[in-house]
Amino acid sequence: MPIRVAIVSPEQEVWSGDADMVVARTTDGDLGVLPGHVPLLGVLVPGGTVRIKTGGREIAAEVDGGFISVTRQGVSILAETATLNG
Amino acid sequence: MAGQLREYRRRIRSVQSTKKITKAMELIAASRIAKARARVAAARPYAEEITRVIEAVASQTTISHPLTTEHAQATRAAVVVITSDRGLAGGYSSNALKRTNELIELLRSEGKSVELHVVGRKGVGYYRFRDRAIDGEYTGFSEQPSYGDAKSVADALISSFVAATEDGGVDEIHVVHTEYVSALTQTPVARRLLPMVLTETDQPPAGGPLPQYEFEPSAEAVLDALLPRYVESRLYAAMLESAASESAARQRAMKSATDNAEDLARSYTRLANRARQDAITQEISEIVGGANALASAS
Repeated sequence: MPIRVAIVSPEQEVWSGDADMVVARTTDGDLGVLPGHVPLLGVLVPGGTVRIKTGGREIAAEVDGGFISVTRQGVSILAETATLNG
Repeated sequence: MAGQLREYRRRIRSVQSTKKITKAMELIAASRIAKARARVAAARPYAEEITRVIEAVASQTTISHPLTTEHAQATRAAVVVITSDRGLAGGYSSNALKRTNELIELLRSEGKSVELHVVGRKGVGYYRFRDRAIDGEYTGFSEQPSYGDAKSVADALISSFVAATEDGGVDEIHVVHTEYVSALTQTPVARRLLPMVLTETDQPPAGGPLPQYEFEPSAEAVLDALLPRYVESRLYAAMLESAASESAARQRAMKSATDNAEDLARSYTRLANRARQDAITQEISEIVGGANALASAS
């Protein structure tokens, strides 16, 4: 059961799709989100990387000044600037 | 006679070159509407998500945070008005400024002093001409605002929002922008940005009930971090919406200018034709008159 992930910056939606796991670094430390995670709202560290594992592939995004919002519907990463790496 | 004809021809040429300019401006404005509308749509997911998250946090925490808590005795309010940098857009800027003046009147009647932030050269010019103190002016991007532009305005607002009232801080932030209703209708609207206006209803919000969040590191820290993002994203949305409205207003103004130029050119062409015909008729009658005079003399 994959989770729906979206990385959105103010100017556009950078990436969206289904993923098996999301790893992000909040101000409290690394956070891994698997399907069925409790709703959570975290502040991401500035200049961090968010990794999204989807079907054996890994997508990394440089995310600056953002939040991670986990709900039953999915994961949203709200970033001031976000760029995908490969 | 020939002088009159020359004068008409000169006017026709001048009207036609004006028409070329207004036509070009109309086309540019039309393409900018589409672009601005696309950017409004692209910015929507972020703005909606931020608002949703804040509503979720506010609805379940009892902490008092400036973001959501109304000031008991608000004495100072900041007003941001978004106008255009250039004219030739019909009543676009003046409508926004009219709405702003109404808002300022209202705030004054509530006993609040007003700090004025103006986006766009037209607004700056308007208040400067009236010797009104401007606390912040931001120009040069009204037609194509970027997120960075919104951020620079937001930074100034946030710093005066978090400052204590005694140090000239404000308790409320209002924004006046122009909403794009359709290509024909744009309405200036005034909204309160901070403290947030939370809608309290028993209806579950769109997209399912708001989740009970856990916070990392804490609810306060999350709200603190959300405050600037929220202001930026709302300002950015307001600027994009206004940019679309500005282009729509300009397109309409330039379309009527082009139509008007066409009408003028047409009526000048008629006048020029008549002047030419009059000149020819007169010449013939002069020749005939001269010939008759010669014939009767001999």
